[in-house]
Amino acid sequence: MTHNIYLYILTGALVSFIIRVLPLTLIRKQITNRFLRSFLFYVPYVTLAVMTFPAIVHAAQSPIAGVAALIVGAVLAWFGAGLFPVALACCVSVFLAEFLLTLA
Amino acid sequence: MDERDQLRRDILRGARDGFPIGLGYFAVAFSLGITAKASGLSPLQGFLASFLNHASAGEYALYSLIAANAAYWEVAIVICIANARYLLMSAALSQRFAPETSMLHRLLVGFGITDEIFGLGVARPGWISPYYMYSAFLVAELCWSSGTACGIVAGNILPASVVSALSVAIYGMFLAIIIPPARQDRVVAGLVLASFACSFAFSVLPAVSGLSSGMKTIVLTVVISALGAALFPVSEEGGEAA
Repeated sequence: MTHNIYLYILTGALVSFIIRVLPLTLIRKQITNRFLRSFLFYVPYVTLAVMTFPAIVHAAQSPIAGVAALIVGAVLAWFGAGLFPVALACCVSVFLAEFLLTLA
Repeated sequence: MDERDQLRRDILRGARDGFPIGLGYFAVAFSLGITAKASGLSPLQGFLASFLNHASAGEYALYSLIAANAAYWEVAIVICIANARYLLMSAALSQRFAPETSMLHRLLVGFGITDEIFGLGVARPGWISPYYMYSAFLVAELCWSSGTACGIVAGNILPASVVSALSVAIYGMFLAIIIPPARQDRVVAGLVLASFACSFAFSVLPAVSGLSSGMKTIVLTVVISALGAALFPVSEEGGEAA
């Protein structure tokens, strides 16, 4: 049986939409439970950290370049650089590191 | 301050913050477009799929399933697993909305949740402005969708070195969001380091390395955040400071 690509796209879109809006529409008040409040307070940092490492190392063609991006990005962020400068510095680190590796 | 001024500020600020995300998105979406093309999607279909789904892992799974001529219910389940982390992000965002925020704003902001847009939202002080979120989302989203369409049309015109460099942009942004709070709060710093360590362990341990990346993200986020909340509950007024 063949399927319609538009129906595939719609199926994916519908499921994604429901997942994204359910909590935002159902949880309308400030949560008072201390554990839950703490849990939701930590979720953003933990989830972004989990997604960043080791993925950043494997995102570039060379893992060495990925590590360079991680170190440069972490140091700049530590000293308060904003989103765009840090992102740009990571890209430049990978580009330069991979260029240097081709010379080696 | 005048309400219209505030609105204009939120929109401009959102566009400014969304732009670097868009650059990273374009590169990632471009390579995603190459996968989409292999699954038989037209540029229009790629644009539409990206605009409606806007999730790299979820879309990658979608295109693979289309190529495999999978059943619709299989697509629904896989997308559910790949994108389940947005449930947690949406729940976290619900606590950053002013309680009187309308249903329409909640639906529209919810539709726009991606890893990066969520990251922007939580990095803003105080209640989140829906208009800030819309403008950041639209700028980033148009780059994402057109990147997919361009990838389908143009295949491999960007040199591999440029694609490789652009593909770390998103992680750089994540670092810029999580490191400054970690510097100020020892518990956050400890949890970030623990997350790095566990995430690395999950990528190499044979028993769990086969899990999808979406599943790993959910399991680790729930376990580490719950441990953090049990051991180091935030003070009553402390939570809002984030």
